[in-house]
Amino acid sequence: MSIKVRYFASLKENIGRSEDNLESTGLSTVGDVWRCANPNKTLPDNTLAAVNMEYVELNSAVKDGDEVAFFPPVTGG
Amino acid sequence: MAIKICPEPFDPWQEIQSYQGLAKDMVGKFGATSIFIGTMRDFNEGDDVNGMTLEHYPGMTEKQLEKIVAEAIRQWPVIDALVVHRVGDILPNDPIVLVAVWTSHRGDAFDASRFIMEELKSRAPFWKKELLKSQAERWLVKNTDGYL
Repeated sequence: MSIKVRYFASLKENIGRSEDNLESTGLSTVGDVWRCANPNKTLPDNTLAAVNMEYVELNSAVKDGDEVAFFPPVTGG
Repeated sequence: MAIKICPEPFDPWQEIQSYQGLAKDMVGKFGATSIFIGTMRDFNEGDDVNGMTLEHYPGMTEKQLEKIVAEAIRQWPVIDALVVHRVGDILPNDPIVLVAVWTSHRGDAFDASRFIMEELKSRAPFWKKELLKSQAERWLVKNTDGYL
């Protein structure tokens, strides 16, 4: 399974990179994607997640080719 | 309906004039235009602020803004709507966001523009990082609820 993972804003600075390209089996949910990409780091509280640019919950399913994004609460406007 | 993400400074009044001037099918149809403009302050949370960087998620930002405007159009009889938002390096007094809504009657214009603005603040993936006068940098943690 191939998943592109993207990080934004303070979370991107916090983990020190803007994206990962995962090639892995056993990824069922968005939470699995975080744990695979960041095995030694707990997902910070209030982190938002998106799959293919739509908001999702951490237990939402992922599939091959998805783009998964993690980011802090939004502060535009 | 139009959504614009601007990496350079924009003039909200010029944006409204240009958009309305090209929307020939609106002529004679709208009786109300509600306009919200958000502008950068030079202070926040008790600190002097010299500038700001606005990051966004290209693609998702436009997608979410389009959904928000579509929701407004479903709830109110909106004739047209324009949303413009800055990204990149911003200075105090620069416009950050413009929401303009055209309707037949004022109540719908006020309500729909308020809805779009409040939903944008909580759903559109933009992030502000302030550069303080002290030269420290600070990410804004969250937006306040505009209805409180």
